[in-house]
Amino acid sequence: MTAAHQHQHGAPPSTEPHKITPAWRLLATLAIAGAAAGWLVVTVYNLTLPAIQKHAGEQVDGAVREVLKAPARWDTLYLIGNAVTATPPAGSDKRELTKAYVGFDAAGTRIGVAVVAAEPGFQELLTLMIGFDPSTGALTGYKVLDQKETPGLGDKVEVDKSFGAQFAGRIVPIKGVKLVVAGNPNQVQTITGATISSRAVIRIINNAVAKWRPLLEAHDRGGQQ
Amino acid sequence: MTAVPVAAPVSAPPSSAPALVPGAPPPATVFADVWRGIGRENPVLVQFLGMCPTMAVTNVLANGLAMGIATTFVLVGSGLFVSLFRKYIAHEVRITSYILIIATFVTLADMLLAATFPDISKALGPFIPLIVANCLLLGRAEAFAAKVPVHRAVADGFGMGMGFTLSLCLLSTIREVLGKGSILGHDLFGPRFEPWVFMMMPPGGFLTLGIALLGLAWVMELKKRRALVTA
Repeated sequence: MTAAHQHQHGAPPSTEPHKITPAWRLLATLAIAGAAAGWLVVTVYNLTLPAIQKHAGEQVDGAVREVLKAPARWDTLYLIGNAVTATPPAGSDKRELTKAYVGFDAAGTRIGVAVVAAEPGFQELLTLMIGFDPSTGALTGYKVLDQKETPGLGDKVEVDKSFGAQFAGRIVPIKGVKLVVAGNPNQVQTITGATISSRAVIRIINNAVAKWRPLLEAHDRGGQQ
Repeated sequence: MTAVPVAAPVSAPPSSAPALVPGAPPPATVFADVWRGIGRENPVLVQFLGMCPTMAVTNVLANGLAMGIATTFVLVGSGLFVSLFRKYIAHEVRITSYILIIATFVTLADMLLAATFPDISKALGPFIPLIVANCLLLGRAEAFAAKVPVHRAVADGFGMGMGFTLSLCLLSTIREVLGKGSILGHDLFGPRFEPWVFMMMPPGGFLTLGIALLGLAWVMELKKRRALVTA
C-alpha cells in the first residue's frame, strides 16, 4: 500500500472491509483484548498499591501530628455501629472503618482525639481532620484534608494560617463572628470574603465534636478494652 | 508564545500530493508526524479537541503539565497497540477495541500518577480517568493509528501529546501568573500582589483560551499577508 492509499479519509480502516467477519472472531478479539487489558491493569495495580497506600497513610499521619500538636504516640479507635472500640471485629477491613486517633504526650497523658469529618462547604464536600479534647470540648486544631472552595476566597480556610490558628484552645460549640470579643472561648473570627466557607468549617467542627464526644466518653467509662 | 506552534517547521508534502486541503494525506516522515501534532494540527489550538480538560485543569502549571504528560502517555500507548493489532481487529468491533485499549492506558496512567505524585493526582481528581472520554484519543486511534505502521502511530501520538501538553502549559502559565502570582508554586511578585482570582476559575480558562486563539489567528493572518506581498 502506498502512503496515499493509507490515508484516504473515509476509507474503512480494516484491511478487508467488505468481508463479513464471523461472530466467533469478533468475540475472540474482544475476549483476548479484554483479558490482556485486565491482566495489565491488575499487574500495575499490584505494583502501585503499596506506594498509594503509603501516601494515604502519610497524609493521615501528617494530619494527626498537626492537629494534635505533635503527640508522642497515638492509638487508633474504630467506630463500630454506635460504639467506639480499640479492637475491630475480626474480618473487617480496617481501612474501611471510621476511625478516631487518640494522641498521648511523652508522659502518657492524653492530649486529644483526632477525627475526620466531611460536610458540604461552599460548593463541594469539605473534609477536615479535627483535633479536640473530649473531656473539656476544647479544640487543639484542624487541618483541611480535601476542599474545592473558591480559589483565593473560600480556600483561605486551608491556606490562611491566621484563621486556622484561632481554633486551638476554643471550646465547642463555637460561633463564627465578624469581630471576636477578646477572651471569649466560643468565638472565632470568620474570613472576610469567605464567610460561608468559614461557617462551614465551624459547623463541621461543632457537629463532629458533638457526635464524637459522647461516643468517646462512653468508651472512657468502659475503660480501655 | 503563541507563535511557537505556528512556526513549527513542517516538511513539505511530496510534490505528487495535492496542495494542502482539509483531509489531504499528511506527509509520511516520522519527523513530520511528530511536528504535525505540535504545529499545524495542534489538538487544542487548531483542532479544538479535548476542551474539557483544557478548561478544567489549566489553573496552575503543575496541573496542566501533569494532564499533558498523562494524555501523551495514553496517546503513545494506545497508538502503539492500535497500530500493532490493526490487522487483527475486525472492522465491526474496532471502536470497542480502541476504547478498551485507551481505557487500559488511562487506568494505568491514573494509578501511576497516584503512586508517584499524590498531590497532583488529588488536584486533578476525576480529570485523569476522564482522559478516556477525550475525543483526541479515539480520534487519533480511528483516523491515524489504525491505518499506519507502528512507528508512525507512536510518532503521531507523541506529537499530538506534546502539542496538547504545550498548549495546556501555555494556558496554565498565563492563568497561574495572573491568578496566583506564581509559577509552579514559586511566588513571583511578593506579598503585595493581589491575585486575579477570576483567572483561577473556569471563566478564566475560557478567556485565556479565547485570547490565545485570537493571538494565533492574528499571527496566521500576518503570515498570510506577508506571503501575498512576497508572491
